[in-house]
Amino acid sequence: MLTELVKFRRNTILAIRGLWLHKLRAFLSVLGIIIGIASVIALLAFGKGSMQEALDAIKRQGATNIIARSQKPPDDSATGSRSFVATYGLTFRDYEKFENISVLNRLVPMRVFPREIRRLERMHNGRVVATTPEYMEVNRLEMASGRFLVQQDGILMRNVVVLGSVSADRLFPFDNPLDQTIVLAGQDFQVIGVLKDRMPTGGSGGSQAAEDFNSDVYMPLPTSRRRVGDTIFIRTSGSRGAEKVEISQVTMTVDADVDSREGRQKVKAVGDLVKQILEEGHLKRDFAITIPLDRLEQAEETEQNFKNLLVLIASISLLVGGIGIMNIMLATVTERTREIGIRRALGAKRKDIVLQFLVEAVVQTTIGGILGIGAGIAIAYGVPFASSVFGYRPIPSAPQWDSMIYSFFVSSGIGVLFGLYPAWRAARLDPIEALRHD
Amino acid sequence: MAAIVRIQNLVKNYYMGDVTVNVLKRIDLEIETGDFVALMGPSGSGKSTLMNILGCLDRPTSGQYFLNDRDISKLGDDRLSDVRSRYLGFIFQSYNLLPQYTVVENIELPLLYQGINLNAQTKQRCIGLAQMVGLGERLDHRPLQLSGGQQQRVAIARSLVNDPNVILGDEPTGNLDSKTSVEIMEMLTGLNKIGKTIIMVTHENDIAEWARRVIRLRDGHIESDVRNRD
Repeated sequence: MLTELVKFRRNTILAIRGLWLHKLRAFLSVLGIIIGIASVIALLAFGKGSMQEALDAIKRQGATNIIARSQKPPDDSATGSRSFVATYGLTFRDYEKFENISVLNRLVPMRVFPREIRRLERMHNGRVVATTPEYMEVNRLEMASGRFLVQQDGILMRNVVVLGSVSADRLFPFDNPLDQTIVLAGQDFQVIGVLKDRMPTGGSGGSQAAEDFNSDVYMPLPTSRRRVGDTIFIRTSGSRGAEKVEISQVTMTVDADVDSREGRQKVKAVGDLVKQILEEGHLKRDFAITIPLDRLEQAEETEQNFKNLLVLIASISLLVGGIGIMNIMLATVTERTREIGIRRALGAKRKDIVLQFLVEAVVQTTIGGILGIGAGIAIAYGVPFASSVFGYRPIPSAPQWDSMIYSFFVSSGIGVLFGLYPAWRAARLDPIEALRHD
Repeated sequence: MAAIVRIQNLVKNYYMGDVTVNVLKRIDLEIETGDFVALMGPSGSGKSTLMNILGCLDRPTSGQYFLNDRDISKLGDDRLSDVRSRYLGFIFQSYNLLPQYTVVENIELPLLYQGINLNAQTKQRCIGLAQMVGLGERLDHRPLQLSGGQQQRVAIARSLVNDPNVILGDEPTGNLDSKTSVEIMEMLTGLNKIGKTIIMVTHENDIAEWARRVIRLRDGHIESDVRNRD
């Protein structure tokens, strides 16, 4: 065994030296592998980079969330109800049932309705969000001054509101809104806090649509029920209507790790449970359930498909590269027939010849693989850098170390696979014929 | 003295399609340890075939070949390689050095296939052999930088590195001028004097003169077997 290792080491050294003697030729013969590996590594980095952005966005939204929303049924008349008030959506009874789901970290109910807010002669058509203190956490709101809602506000049904930055600016352009009074639905409310300005974004933990949090007004949910009621009147020119919605939306956060299989199954199980609860309690289809995890998994599936496609392309290009190597190796065997004869006469066994040519092929493809990995890294880092230097949006790129390790072994494997036949041809030569060969 | 090479009833046939060519026809031959034998004969006489069989590069169709009292006519390919690397040294007409290797590396090549770990000690031995054949100054030269005579001396050093029982020369002076040929033959004679058995094929009578025994083949038979006077 030791002697085999000695031979192997010596063969490797000699192979590297032999390649060094024919640098250009060796380089050209592994060019296919270099290009194949480099392009796979670069494309994987770009693919992963852009996919990472999408995945992160979804994860920021709360991949362990389950969002139940009230939805106006498609055709209300079909229910036979001719009432003037359209009653639909999630109810407090649903909410109580949700509260019994033990694996939830958090439940945030919201009731959203448009309302006119006044202060002295100023008026603001804002969106009232009646919710619980956890809302701030879920939506990562930050206070500019004062405080957000607390549990006690709800329990005591205090008439307090927190203003978004735009609503605060509209109602109090010149003075500090804290502790001042606004009028909403005919009631006086005390301003207890103002939020920082926030970019309108895809609502995190909320619906998927972009939400402008800045012109919102927040109040405790029990206060809203008490002071405003569940029925909202909407007046438009020529017609008027009313909607009775107890809760617009409940955002539930499951206590689970979204990166583990068990965690995902837990989230899905809770999603199914929520669906079951709602389907049992509702005659009409007046609710919708959004599970961001589904989108995450879709995105991941897309990424996986992309990867598979790349692997396919890579296999084709490496196959071409490997055939190139085989071609060169076969030419080399013919060219070195005499050398093979000499070695055989001096005592080389067939397997020594196989080993020699196989090592040469593997050394060649492995070096090609390393060069390809290097070129791939250079592209993966260089292109985003160059694009930012020239003032374009940097292409997101996330070089994958595991892909490089795979590439390394795959390139060595190609050497074995495509070197085997030429090596076998070399070993099969008759020593006498080989010695006579010019 | 004991016979290092003993051949009995050796037959070698080549098959070319349906035609059988009978190259060696029942040859019997014994070569004693320490002898210096020249094999001669016109082309087609079977001397190259006999040489290939003696060199364990080819196997007889039938008959026995004992090298060192060991029957090797039925050995497999790997075992024959072993025999070549341990007991035989080769010198060829066209030197057959590996062009990409230095003098020292060419000399140590047979050791590699014996499975000997190449280290400073083996390297020293190779350098010693190179010095012995007068190439101590050219250890790192490559074959193409050497003259024909020098290349053949490297080949002689290479044939000695595994301390073989028999050195086989296939027209060792065939590509050399007469002056260099004399040098090479003196070297071989010297090796023979220190106990190496040498078997060489040659066309030339004045080269065969150097040997102690001249065997002539014709049409697959031994035509004559003459001892030169010392």
